[in-house]
This record gives sequence, C-alpha cells and structure tokens, in this order.
Amino acid sequence: MAKITAGVTTSHVPAIGAAFDNGKTGEEYWKPVFAGYDYSKEWIAEQKPDVVILVYNDHASAFSLDLIPTFALGCGEKYKPADEGWGPRPVPDVIGHPELASHIAQSVIQDDFDLTIVNTMDVDHGLTVPLSLMFGKTDAWPCKVIPLAVNVVLYPPPSGQRCYNLGKSLRKAVESFDDDLNVQIWGTGGMSHQLQGPRAGLINQEFDNNFLDKFVDDAETLAKVPHINYVREAGSEGIELVMWLIMRGALNDKVLQKHRFYHVPASNTAVGHLILENVDN
Amino acid sequence: MAIDKPYADIPGTTIFDADMARIGFHINQFALSLMKAENRERFKADERAYLDEWPMSEEQKQAVLDRDYNRMMSLGGNVYFLAKIFSTDGLSFQVAAASMTGMTQEEYAQMMLDGGRSPEGNR
Repeated sequence: MAKITAGVTTSHVPAIGAAFDNGKTGEEYWKPVFAGYDYSKEWIAEQKPDVVILVYNDHASAFSLDLIPTFALGCGEKYKPADEGWGPRPVPDVIGHPELASHIAQSVIQDDFDLTIVNTMDVDHGLTVPLSLMFGKTDAWPCKVIPLAVNVVLYPPPSGQRCYNLGKSLRKAVESFDDDLNVQIWGTGGMSHQLQGPRAGLINQEFDNNFLDKFVDDAETLAKVPHINYVREAGSEGIELVMWLIMRGALNDKVLQKHRFYHVPASNTAVGHLILENVDN
Repeated sequence: MAIDKPYADIPGTTIFDADMARIGFHINQFALSLMKAENRERFKADERAYLDEWPMSEEQKQAVLDRDYNRMMSLGGNVYFLAKIFSTDGLSFQVAAASMTGMTQEEYAQMMLDGGRSPEGNR
C-alpha cells in the first residue's frame, strides 16, 4: 500500500532559483537562505521518497488567461522546465507517475473534488525551485513527481478550508493505491510577500511565525482564515500560503516537526520552510 | 447584486480579480507571448510594431513602452504576466517591484534587508 510518510513546505522564490543556477549560493546574501536547507538535504537523502505530490502554483507559464484551472493534477509522464522569459532553468526534466496520478484523480473526483487533469505542460519555478532546494544540483531528480497546480493568480483562489479538505481526500486516494510507495506531499509558495504596486515589499514576520506555529499544532483553526486576512496581512502574493494547507490536510492531525526555518529576505519575499513527519498513532 | 470586494481598500494594492482579468486580457496575453525567444527578439527589434499586433488599448501600449508597471496593472495587467516583460529586459522581480514603489533600487533592496515594508499603517 502507498503511504504518505512526510510533508515539506517551502517558499519557491524565483530569485532563489536564479542564485542556485548562477552559482551564487555562497554569496553573503544567499548563504543564510541555502543554509536553511542543509538539514533538509540530509533528511531527504535518508527518507528516499518514491513519489512527491508537489503542490505549487503556475505563474502564468503553463496556464495563460486562455485556461485557468483551480486545481490541476499532472497525470503525464514528463514535464519540461518552462521558459519564463529568460530561458528554461538548467534543471532536469520532471518525471511523473501517471499510474498513481490517475488513481488519485479517479479517487479524488469521486470524493467531490473536481480536479482538472493535465497531461502536457511545462513546469515553472514554482515547482522546480523547491526541488533544487531539497535535492541540490543533480542530473536527474531522485524521485517521481506528481504536480498539483493551484490557481492563486486570478482572485479568488480556493479557500484555505477547501485546500485543507482536498489534502485529506488526497491522503485517502494515496492510501488506496496498491503498490508499496513512500509518498511525500509538499506545499509550496509564501510566505508574506507583495510583488506589485506601491505596497510592494510588504513582509509580516508576526503573521508568518504565527502561521508556522498554528500550521503544525492547530491547522483546523488556520484552515478557517479567510482570504482577506492573507491579502491584508501577508501581501497580495502571501495568499499562496493556502497551498500549504493541502499538504497539512494530507498529514496526521498530530505530526512530528523535524525542521523549521524562517528567513527575511529572499529578494521580495519571506522564506519559510517546514519538515513534518507522520508519526504512527 | 455586486460582488463584495473587501480587498478594495488595501492601500497600494490591485487585486487581480475577474473584472481586472477581463480588462487586461490582451495586455496579459501579449506579455505571455514573450516566453518564446523568437517573440522576444521581434519585440526588442521594434516594440511599437510588436505591440500593434495585439488588440490592446493605446493606453495599455503606452504603459508598456514606458515600462510603467503600476499603470499596466491599473489597466488590467497582472504581475506574473508582466514579469515576462521585465524578464525580457533582463530585470529581476526586485528591480521591477522597486520601480512600482517610487523608491530607488538601492533604497528598496535596503528596505528588504531591514525586514521589508512594515504592515503597520499599510493594512
């Protein structure tokens, strides 16, 4: 039986990808950001997940205004890094797990979550920066990846509660898959940031740290926070944090926090990162 | 009945909702076209001619030519779409964001190093 063993959350700032790709990880500015992931690389090398369900948002790369799915599950065999305007990131192709992904789609849709299924798309920094942070430089990602793209670009995104509940449904789906697979779920994006308008540069460390606390111990309450609180307190792009709740919903109510990291700034953004393990009850 | 927009009073912030997406459809699709290297080359060679291929308003075209990102957003542009324009110019998100705040790039970068813009008085 497949099992979700752990969850990871992390910001997916494009400038982190650029620093990584251009050999700037040792620079004074970037060193503390990458140091926050040293433990994570050791941890994941031990965990050896077979599959990662990677919750992220597309930043107008695969989805234009032609088509804006609220939840889009990648059921394809392979995804190429997107050209976001400066050429694709020099990272390996992302290899999917079509069998598990299709199983998840079938299960979750019958559980009342009307996912869009995507077989062909490019994946942008939202998906590839977390992979670089967790696995470092590599010629091939060491696990399969099932992309789950969430619309947080066109307002309104799905509610925190909807995301949290989808996480629970994803877990049921994974645990009804027959093959023995070690599955992780990652929630990416955030933390507080605003990239637009005269209020650009907004960072709310109090909001972020409160979010990190509640995320581990009181996610049920956190799931009820309305959109307007994210936008007002954590910036127009801080609303990406609802995606983390999909990851949290897929884990046990009680989890073991293995790692917590918070740093300001990476370009315009507060970086937050958690590793949570499911402990057997 | 009009949809409630509780985010309308947040200072210095344009939320990209369905109304903005409708106004900005063509400017955003134009920006997205710059994800292709050959389109970037054509745009750089003659920006005006490239813009004239799109059914955008004159105001939208002028805002692009001026690289006035606040104006582009008030005319329906979304920052993730517009990012393809400043990426084409070889500029980072931080440089583009700074240009929207009235601060110099150095002042903005220093504000971020100092912990970012405080939410106090900016809610």
